[in-house]
Amino acid sequence: MTAIIDYGVGNLFSLKSSFGAIGEEVVVTSDPCVLRGADRLILPGVGAFGDAAEKLRESGLDKMLLEEAEKGKPIMGICLGMQLLLERGFEYGEHKGLGMIKGDIRPISDVIPDNLPIPQIGWNYLRIRGERHPIFKYINEGDYVYFVHSYYAADCDDSVIADTEYGAYITAAVASGNVCGCQFHPEKSGDVGLKILKAFCEM
Amino acid sequence: MITKRIIPCLDVKDGRVVKGVNFAGLSDVSSPIELAKYYSLAGADELVFYDITASYEGRRLFTDILREVAGQIFIPLTVGGGINTVEDFDRVLKCGADKVSVNSGAIRNPSLIDEAAKRYGNQCVVISADVKRVDGVFRVFAKGGRENTGKEAICWIKECVERGAGEVVLNSIDTDGVKAGFDLPMLQAVCDAVKVPVVASGGAGSIEDFVTLFNEIPDMSAGLAASIFHFGEVRIPDLKRALKEKNIPARL
Repeated sequence: MTAIIDYGVGNLFSLKSSFGAIGEEVVVTSDPCVLRGADRLILPGVGAFGDAAEKLRESGLDKMLLEEAEKGKPIMGICLGMQLLLERGFEYGEHKGLGMIKGDIRPISDVIPDNLPIPQIGWNYLRIRGERHPIFKYINEGDYVYFVHSYYAADCDDSVIADTEYGAYITAAVASGNVCGCQFHPEKSGDVGLKILKAFCEM
Repeated sequence: MITKRIIPCLDVKDGRVVKGVNFAGLSDVSSPIELAKYYSLAGADELVFYDITASYEGRRLFTDILREVAGQIFIPLTVGGGINTVEDFDRVLKCGADKVSVNSGAIRNPSLIDEAAKRYGNQCVVISADVKRVDGVFRVFAKGGRENTGKEAICWIKECVERGAGEVVLNSIDTDGVKAGFDLPMLQAVCDAVKVPVVASGGAGSIEDFVTLFNEIPDMSAGLAASIFHFGEVRIPDLKRALKEKNIPARL
């Protein structure tokens, strides 16, 4: 069973439904016992880095995540959830992340040309980096996924498993051992996204 | 490279899609769910559901439909119509909307944008503006384009973005329904004024109109239309192919 961590950040309806669509049993919960009992965890999130990191800490779910990661449980962060896996976030000040993956979250305005709209909203293609990660088992290089973000994972070169081109190459997905994260929304990326979730469920 | 988004807009009243729709192979042409599936398969990059009901019962039906669509269609969904309070945001987001577009609600109470952006993030808040030239000045109209608010459009849109809107849908009343092409001067003026993505609406009559839009205004993020898609005058796969042939990035 897959558990989606409910820590009061964002709307989890589509995410939950997308697991239903691939025939995967799923639960949305903030109960640490249920989360610890799940086969794999999804850390979702939209909104601001600092608030979300604070909510994780307040609820003690940050410790649960670190311990479960240590045990080797597959964990996937999505969008802001991916960003929280890194060490620090620089959105409205400096905030501490979970530090499961080396690197920082920085504004895309640091690296993209001035004329491009921010946030990046829309479908962009994936360029797979390094050895193909298991979550990309069923998709192809160049497949399109849906992005909505103004910040990106920087200084995490060793962990980048896919990037995308938005005036500059921007991190699209990261992984380190059993922990991975997608900047894009697999639950909003049509069949390609569902294939990524399916592959994650086989990890 | 990010692709240009093609967005069909569906008007929903009492749980049904209004405006005649004429598709072969669709058993129920006014079912929002059937249509959403059809467009998703055809390659639509996003869907807009516009709630044009006024009654409480109609509103309840709308959210039921939305939940059903979001449970089956895994592409971005934007919801507009009748969004006046943060509670309205909450109501549609819980049912699976990804973005919420505000129009008259923001004109009445601009701080709605600040509140919603703070609670749900800028990416969630879309400002939709109906704009018409009055004595050579771009003016914002409310109540579905019936009432001149007196607000200068560029100024208003900039204010909305500063308050936290993460995207702009610009509907030109001057070109809407004419099917002679998008309102390029008006769209260019808005693109120049804001940094967030801008979606063009009003005036598309052919594939060529979309090609012209993205060629003439490279910063334009998306094109939105309703009846030309619903009546099959423009088919999305043909449109996407035509864009690609003209070296305009499109998701096929």
